[in-house]
Amino acid sequence: MAGAGETGAAAEVLARPKKQRPVADFAGKRGPELWRHIEEALEDPEVRERLGRELPRDEGYLDPVSRRKFLQLSAVTMAIAGVSACTKQPLEPIVPYVRQPEGMTLGKPLYFATAFPLSGVLRPVLVKSNEGRPTKIEGNPQHPASLGGSSVFTQASLYDLYDPDRSQTIEYLGDVRAWSAFLGAMRGQVNAQKAIGGAGIRLLTGTTTSPSFAAQVNALKKNFPQMKWHVYEPLNRDTVKQGAQQALGQVVETRYDIAAADVIVSLDANFLSGEFPGFERYARDFAARRKPEAGGGAAGGGQRPMLRFYAIETSPTNTGGKVDHRLGVKPSELEQAAGALASLVASTGNEAGAVPGDFAGFVLAARADLQSARGRSIVIAGDQAPASVHALAHRMNAALGNVGRTVFYTDPIESNPAVQIDSLKDLINDLKANKVDVLIISGVNPAFDAPADLEFGKWVGAAKLVVHHGLYQDETSAHAHWHVNAAHYLESWSDGRAYDGTVSIVQPLIAPLYGGKTEHELLAAFSDNPDQAAYEIIRGFWQAQPQMGGADFEIKWRRAVHDGFIANSQLPPKNVTAGGAAAAATARQNGGEIEVVFRPDPTIYDGRFGNNAWLQEIEKPLTTITWDNTIWISMALAQRLKLYDAAMQQSANVVELELNGRKVRGPLYVQPGMPDGMVTVFTGYGHTHIGHTGNGFGYNAYEVRSSDAPWSAAGAKLTRTDRTVPVAMIQPEQQVHAGDVKDRNGLPVETRDLVRIGTVEKFHKDPRFAQKSDTQEPSTAGPDELPKDSLLPNYNYSGYAWAMVIDLNSCVGCNACIAACQAENNIPVVGKEQVLKRRPMHWLRVDTYYDDVANPRMYFQPLPCMQCEDAPCEYVCPVGATVHSTEGLNDMVYNRCVGTRYCSNNCPYKVRRFNFLLFQDWNTPQLKLMRNPEVSVRSRGVMEKCTYCVQRITKARITAEEEDRPVRDQEFTTACAQACPADAIVFGNQNQKDGRTATLKASPRNYGLLEELNTRPRTTYLAGVLNPNPGLKTKDVEEAERE
Amino acid sequence: MAEHEEHIDEMSSHLAPAGPAILAPGHTFATITDKISAVVLSRDTPAAWLLATGGFGLLMMWLLFATAYQLARGIGIWGVNIPVAWGFAIVNFVWWIGIGHAGTLISAILLLLKQKWRNSINRFAEAMTLFAVMCAGYYPVMHLGRPWLAYWLFPYPNTMGVWPQFRSALVWDVFAVSTYFTVSLIFWYQGLIPDLATLRDRSQSKAGRIIYGILAMGWRGSARHWKRYDSSYRLLAGLATPLVVSVHTVVSFDFAIAVVPGWHTSIFPPYFVAGAIYSGFAMVLVLAIPIRRIYGLDDFITTKHLDNCAKLMLATGEIVAYGYIIESFMAWYSGNLYERYMILDRMGGKYSIFYICLISINVFFVQVLWIRRIRRSPALLFLVSVIVLAAMWLERFVIVVQSLHADFLPSSWAMYYPTFWDITQFLGTIGLFAFGMLMFIRFLPMISIFEIRELLPEAHVSLQEVD
Repeated sequence: MAGAGETGAAAEVLARPKKQRPVADFAGKRGPELWRHIEEALEDPEVRERLGRELPRDEGYLDPVSRRKFLQLSAVTMAIAGVSACTKQPLEPIVPYVRQPEGMTLGKPLYFATAFPLSGVLRPVLVKSNEGRPTKIEGNPQHPASLGGSSVFTQASLYDLYDPDRSQTIEYLGDVRAWSAFLGAMRGQVNAQKAIGGAGIRLLTGTTTSPSFAAQVNALKKNFPQMKWHVYEPLNRDTVKQGAQQALGQVVETRYDIAAADVIVSLDANFLSGEFPGFERYARDFAARRKPEAGGGAAGGGQRPMLRFYAIETSPTNTGGKVDHRLGVKPSELEQAAGALASLVASTGNEAGAVPGDFAGFVLAARADLQSARGRSIVIAGDQAPASVHALAHRMNAALGNVGRTVFYTDPIESNPAVQIDSLKDLINDLKANKVDVLIISGVNPAFDAPADLEFGKWVGAAKLVVHHGLYQDETSAHAHWHVNAAHYLESWSDGRAYDGTVSIVQPLIAPLYGGKTEHELLAAFSDNPDQAAYEIIRGFWQAQPQMGGADFEIKWRRAVHDGFIANSQLPPKNVTAGGAAAAATARQNGGEIEVVFRPDPTIYDGRFGNNAWLQEIEKPLTTITWDNTIWISMALAQRLKLYDAAMQQSANVVELELNGRKVRGPLYVQPGMPDGMVTVFTGYGHTHIGHTGNGFGYNAYEVRSSDAPWSAAGAKLTRTDRTVPVAMIQPEQQVHAGDVKDRNGLPVETRDLVRIGTVEKFHKDPRFAQKSDTQEPSTAGPDELPKDSLLPNYNYSGYAWAMVIDLNSCVGCNACIAACQAENNIPVVGKEQVLKRRPMHWLRVDTYYDDVANPRMYFQPLPCMQCEDAPCEYVCPVGATVHSTEGLNDMVYNRCVGTRYCSNNCPYKVRRFNFLLFQDWNTPQLKLMRNPEVSVRSRGVMEKCTYCVQRITKARITAEEEDRPVRDQEFTTACAQACPADAIVFGNQNQKDGRTATLKASPRNYGLLEELNTRPRTTYLAGVLNPNPGLKTKDVEEAERE
Repeated sequence: MAEHEEHIDEMSSHLAPAGPAILAPGHTFATITDKISAVVLSRDTPAAWLLATGGFGLLMMWLLFATAYQLARGIGIWGVNIPVAWGFAIVNFVWWIGIGHAGTLISAILLLLKQKWRNSINRFAEAMTLFAVMCAGYYPVMHLGRPWLAYWLFPYPNTMGVWPQFRSALVWDVFAVSTYFTVSLIFWYQGLIPDLATLRDRSQSKAGRIIYGILAMGWRGSARHWKRYDSSYRLLAGLATPLVVSVHTVVSFDFAIAVVPGWHTSIFPPYFVAGAIYSGFAMVLVLAIPIRRIYGLDDFITTKHLDNCAKLMLATGEIVAYGYIIESFMAWYSGNLYERYMILDRMGGKYSIFYICLISINVFFVQVLWIRRIRRSPALLFLVSVIVLAAMWLERFVIVVQSLHADFLPSSWAMYYPTFWDITQFLGTIGLFAFGMLMFIRFLPMISIFEIRELLPEAHVSLQEVD
């Protein structure tokens, strides 16, 4: 056999191509070609195999890639590595500063004033910078539009800066290009367009208030007199402008002085929610005027009555949660209700008969209050209310003499105050007519959010060249030839106006992480001086302005950049009067059909925050839903259409919403307080191209939105599908609070007196009503008195005793505190799946309760750690990982925690959060930059919780010790308290008797949550007090008045 | 059958004044020794043993895999959440540790009470205790977020200068369970020594002689050995006796010292101890009934034993039922609205099906044990015991999960759903337990040879002389 094999093998070898070693050709073989057996030389496969096992040869037995292939691949790799060199790599100094930058001490953060633009309107901010990394955003306390407060968007905009999915390169048809290549490419276009006066150039931006941007456009128009500047944002304020035009004959900006008001009537205005321009200031003033104590709070002065607040709402909002009286109406009835109120306000007679029966009580009461507060009242219409309602509001304010006293008109703050939907239609018509050669889209995403009937995605292709400039490679950039990655506002020089017109200079905190360009630089690319830096543009613009220019420009400029705003640049009030009589209310025909209301998503807004993981996971006000938008429906309608399943928990029926032939599918959510016969859809979800975080969540409401009915439409059809989807809620067991309440299983939950509410009347009769609870012994014990039922003497907190008071009357439920806490304390995002498993990580939540399904009152209760003096969590920890500090903090020692989770079980407030898995992202480099270096980043298996921002306490204590003084009252505060625009959260040393915290703790409204458990919480609440119209007794008011 | 029993009664009337015998007639020292040691020394292994070892061995391997996976990913693979931060792990811990209690009760208390019938079942009941405590001990360690730091619960001198926090019931648990395991192990091992010597002497193989010889620690069976053996055994029994009560009392403190409605109850210690013994005897029966059948040990584990175990189950079951009644009564009587809601939710809420099941079994169904025929029917008794074990597991589930899922603030209420890993890890511990028991049956005498020999009249006489 062996012989045969050998011969066979030899013959085979002989037959092999020349390249192989010929068989017995041993001549000339030396050295490594030696052989031991004839079989080896003959390359018998069997022998080779056997030998191979013994003496492995380099015949590619391990790596299928040959040397040649390897070198080929290496070459390609080198070539690709060369490509990335197109982006300038940031300098990476690896040694400490030889010369320290002025004012910088390593380890000590610096703060810079700048401003966050949301739909053009600037929100003034103060940004903390740790060694050049922006790590926390706060409201600018000196700016009249913020006073230190901020919104959930402002807080979370930090995440956008570091979002790993942000667009990082300039691209042409998907290939990476340099900025110079872009400039070069645009030169050709510019030259071609110059010849035709720019007739083919179209600029599409979002709402902007930047004076220098407007100046840049005007300068461009000198070269291109026929170019057009279009503005379109899906959440525009067109109806505001149209309403002003109707009533006042011109487009104006309306500004309110809530501090000067005694009565407010809201016509579908969600002014206590982050997206409303001026929200921070309005919330502060509103909360200050809602204090039941005599004097009406800080802003009021003198003996002024507590503000009374009425709201007529379509879709429920957190603003509607703060009312004394709320009227839920369908969109078709809004105008009717507003019209009835307007005609009554204008007259003095008793025309009760003119009011439709449903609204009579409400409208008459509101009218009486408005008329008794002439010049001290406000009628405020919402950004989504129809123009006619705005006109009615203007007329009412005029009739009540509010203009100039509580309501002020100024020039519009927008640089291009066009009616945006017309502007977009104009652009699309030009596209259809093939008039567009160069379309520059900056900062907007019309392919995603333009009204469905305009078919932007279809017509954008008609432009010969599309340039997209944005933070993300999104749905629109997919249609663009060029994509220029935008600089985040924290990387940009820019400017703009706050809601009141105050000009802010936007300054960068960090060099663009990916070399992004600002819209100013983008626009400059089409000018004669294409490679201009934004800094030069902005500075150059302001140097030319009379208010800044002159010899002392440098001083003024430095002051403006330092302060974050140009002092006294508010737009002056204009003297405008509402002309003409109220147009007859044209109530839409209501044939029992379902109406649809479009609303901005409370956290994702118009979709621009779709990839912002923080905003995705922050609970939406009222529903506490995360990661999804839902279709809101009233209980009555859901039951009538057989769409409601009582058994649903954390999952929802998917329904198909059909409007004008267009369909969208989304999960149904039964929202208490929804008027019957309508549904609400929320914008911003349904992204397909924005990033790993945001793609694929929710439905896209823009798909059913049409240009003629942007905010509400009638004639919708709802059909049930056989699908259900999980909906991740922070608070899955939504509880109706007051009265004989039943839980999901029909069991009596009973009033637990978690949220204590009274009326002004009751408060004046018995200021301590909140301290007399059904569930506990009446207690008059102040914070420093001994509780009656303790065997042991109290610990004597002789130094600081940190404590917190949360005024339930002030909290507007905007959730800014949650975002602030997340940013300050390096709180990870866990994702929808983990929220569904009930493992969200927020240290602070805002509990929401209702007292009714059809027409509820809503209560918001922010819940951080209570820092109990007798903390149930502490004594059950087997390793002493949670211990009490001498300053009364319930400290969490992460390093010591072994993760028994006993502390969480024993926490009656359930404020502890556990790292069930490795929730923290330890790998993404951008997210490492984002973190607060003063707070440890927790890993898997460790319990964590609110610490009252112990890092801030420590820092303040150290500073005070260095300066040999005690920590001053309100010298610093926690992240949540600092962010709160309504000043609802007050933190401080309760041992300082004249301090704010101690003063509030002494308030008769002060009560502790679950105090009957003798946990002695350091976080306490001030009971809510309503100011209802005595003539308008509703069920909930009666309940609040009852003992 | 009845005739047969009467016959036994007559024969052994001088040992036990009345009732059926605890040892079948006709046995001598030699036959007892032969029969019991044969199980171990025989080369033939019953097919049932091989099959069971294969099956449960696989389950045990799954436990190893699941444990490795859990160590790699974290306890988030389970269904635990906030508010229900303790789930299957603690349910299973309490269940397993409860099962162990019957072993200690039988070996210690019944020994001191001179209940001779315990001699036939104490050995494997003690082994059962050991393996059950091992399964129980697995959970408190593995349920930690960072199990590799479990040793921080022990008070050992360390450079950190930190001690455990002694106010926590979990630290008490560490002491209670580790003491319990240690004492049970020593007690079990000491009980084995004379039998190990027997095996050493009878083993045919050299390996057997060496291994059993080492384990027998030089036991020669001299009178002096026996004298010392007897006193130390009784001493250990005295030490073990308080453990019967203390261990589950301490386990109940894990709940009772907390503020959670449904946990914060002073009835928990006695109620838990009774429940433990109740489920422990159920497990003894679940093990004894198939074993006596497969190995033909009806002579040593007679219907009298089954009857006695069933009676103990019934008695402790009534205490448990009393606990349920008092729990509900106190919720009403205290007027505490959280307690009241908790009990109403227990009865009518999301988890009510579990509560209804456990009440109908532990309060009503278990009353079938009043019927003598059921107590004496191995098949029926086996069935009842399995049902009781399941009900006791449900009881712990209801206490742990239902109490936590809806406590004080309705905003935090949420459901707990076990995951695939929760369930299979539990099955894995059953695999570990059964595998351990099977190994024990195969390699050690599952019934105490010398203690059975003591049941013979001859031994009775000689023992009295020794005393």
